[in-house]
Amino acid sequence: MAAPKSPPPISAGAGVGPAALEVEQAEGQWSSVWKRLKRNPPALGGMYAILLLLAIAAGADFLANNKPYYMLYQGRAYFPLIRSGLVRFGLAKWQPELLNIDFKTVNAERKIFPPIPHLATDIDLTAPFETPSSAHWFGTDKLGRDVLAGLIHGSRISLSIGFVAVGIALVVGVVLGALAGYFGSWADLVISRFFEVMLTLPTFFLLITIAAMFPPSIFLTMTIIGLTGWVGIARFTRSEFLKIRSLDYVTAALALGVSTRKIMFRHILPNALAPVLVSVVLGVASAILLESSLSFLGIGVPLEAVTWGSILNEARSATFAWWLAVFPGAAIFVTVLSYYLVGEGLRDALDPRLRGMR
Amino acid sequence: MAAYLVKRILLMIPTFIGITLICFLVVHLAPGDPAELMAGGGLAASGGAGISLQKRAAVDQALAEWRALYGLDKPLYVQYGVWLKNLARLDFGTSFKDSRSVWAKIRERLPVTLKLEFFSIILVYIIALPLGIYSATHRDSLGDHVTTLAAFVLFAVPIIWAATMALVFVCGGDFLYLFPPGGLTSIDYAREWPIGERIKDQTWHLFLPVVLLSYAGFAGLSRYMRSSMLEVLRQDYVQVARAKGLSERVVTFKHAMRNSLIPQVTILAELLPGLIGGSVIIETVFSLPGMGQLGYDAVLARDYPIVLALLTVSALLTLIGILLSDILLAAVDPRIAFGRRSE
Repeated sequence: MAAPKSPPPISAGAGVGPAALEVEQAEGQWSSVWKRLKRNPPALGGMYAILLLLAIAAGADFLANNKPYYMLYQGRAYFPLIRSGLVRFGLAKWQPELLNIDFKTVNAERKIFPPIPHLATDIDLTAPFETPSSAHWFGTDKLGRDVLAGLIHGSRISLSIGFVAVGIALVVGVVLGALAGYFGSWADLVISRFFEVMLTLPTFFLLITIAAMFPPSIFLTMTIIGLTGWVGIARFTRSEFLKIRSLDYVTAALALGVSTRKIMFRHILPNALAPVLVSVVLGVASAILLESSLSFLGIGVPLEAVTWGSILNEARSATFAWWLAVFPGAAIFVTVLSYYLVGEGLRDALDPRLRGMR
Repeated sequence: MAAYLVKRILLMIPTFIGITLICFLVVHLAPGDPAELMAGGGLAASGGAGISLQKRAAVDQALAEWRALYGLDKPLYVQYGVWLKNLARLDFGTSFKDSRSVWAKIRERLPVTLKLEFFSIILVYIIALPLGIYSATHRDSLGDHVTTLAAFVLFAVPIIWAATMALVFVCGGDFLYLFPPGGLTSIDYAREWPIGERIKDQTWHLFLPVVLLSYAGFAGLSRYMRSSMLEVLRQDYVQVARAKGLSERVVTFKHAMRNSLIPQVTILAELLPGLIGGSVIIETVFSLPGMGQLGYDAVLARDYPIVLALLTVSALLTLIGILLSDILLAAVDPRIAFGRRSE
């Protein structure tokens, strides 16, 4: 039961689902969906939260870094943070006088640090398990690593796993669902067996198995979460294709001699995507949950990587360090909830008839 | 109906083969050699520097013998065939770790997981069904909106967070000590204890894990119950019941509720797969010796036979569960025609 799945509809009809969507004209549909979504405060809130998270992930190096933005040192101005980025990409070299200095302790005339002057991986063995203070807003872990810096940099892993995994699931799911729905008969029969196999396999346990047996890597984790998470998308695509296939405009295209591939992906797919979008948004949430659960169990991501799940994991063996439990868990919760709210809002906005049932 | 059943069961065969094939390949194609791992620090670690050629040969021979013992030296398709043949006789082989029969190990762990799942399913139904009925009969009231939102937010709470928070705040860390941090019973638990004490001790230990396993289920079931209840309440026979002057209570609980309970039967089948995979996190966090923990430990130790057995048994159970719930659904509600549900 604990295995993450898509949330139950917050609105009325559970059995109806997005599959009941009437096919509207593509342009008109999206703008009206957007209009309805804008009138839904929880969904809008979720959307802003996701945007904020994306901004944090994108700017992680500028928010939490152990190198100052600006440093006036022996009469010269330096921009160590920018330079460290250039060095990483091989575009520049460190100035020789900066090579072996510790930016935190160096006696410079003027230093401007990022708001959180630590990297996620900065180990400070003199300050393990610091309670939250002005030096470490969210405290430190057993190796003295700053928790807030860990959360900020960890957001990159969480969010990118969400997107990449769902990207993979989307490609697999849409292709298989489209084939099954468009061709029907034996293709449907065969592909539906695939659905059944994936549905009955205990996904979470399978994930643990694969992740634990291969050398830990974030890329592998993304891939297997994607490869085990496409069934929902495929089923929605299939039922949309089944429905749209028999519409007049498809028959017209067939009569005009349009190629099968073009009919499937140019004519049907754009109209079938709307309901799939809901499962994509919810899929991102479940991929994030799965990744954090895996790293919580200590599998799938390299030992030295700091992720939300791995910080939470530390709290298990240090139950006095409440900050190790509260903050990373809250980060996962807020992210997942935001995606759920947006997904729910989309579901409502895409199928206004459901709202009428309330 | 018979024709439908035969078709369903025949279609289950390729599905089951697919399941076994995926499980088998995943486990056997993974890098890493269980023989080396079983040999552990002793043999494998010393295989590098500082070992004489003679000793190295002895190590290699031991490993080869061990592989032969478990049939790991044969080509993959032969191994698959052998495993499938044994599977048909429900023989899952013996554990790499302690050479005990996999069945025996699973049987030993099953009661714990069953207990956990049973009580959490009961808890989900006890809380979610009344919530759903309340929401349906008080549609669009403040109470309806609040329960809906609360259930939705609860659903979004990651179980790893909830479990860790419980461990930190109420399980005797620096804060409250309301519940034990793990285990099934207290250390001094003995069979000689009076029955009341024993039940009390077990309840105390199981309470948190059961609650944690169930809270996420409230949202789903209460929503399903709500919409199914709303659907029934709209029907004519409910109007008739009201018109002939029955109290709202009788209408709700005697007439409407019974019919709206029917679809909830199917949810049970959805709960089956959780039996093995779902409790991994809770059983690991609270060190409960159930199937989840068995699976987790087996995965880390590359105990193939156990991992394979858990994966396939769980998938098979789910397959049967889906079939059963379809049959059950049709049995309790004759209006449902077979074949229509398969989309």
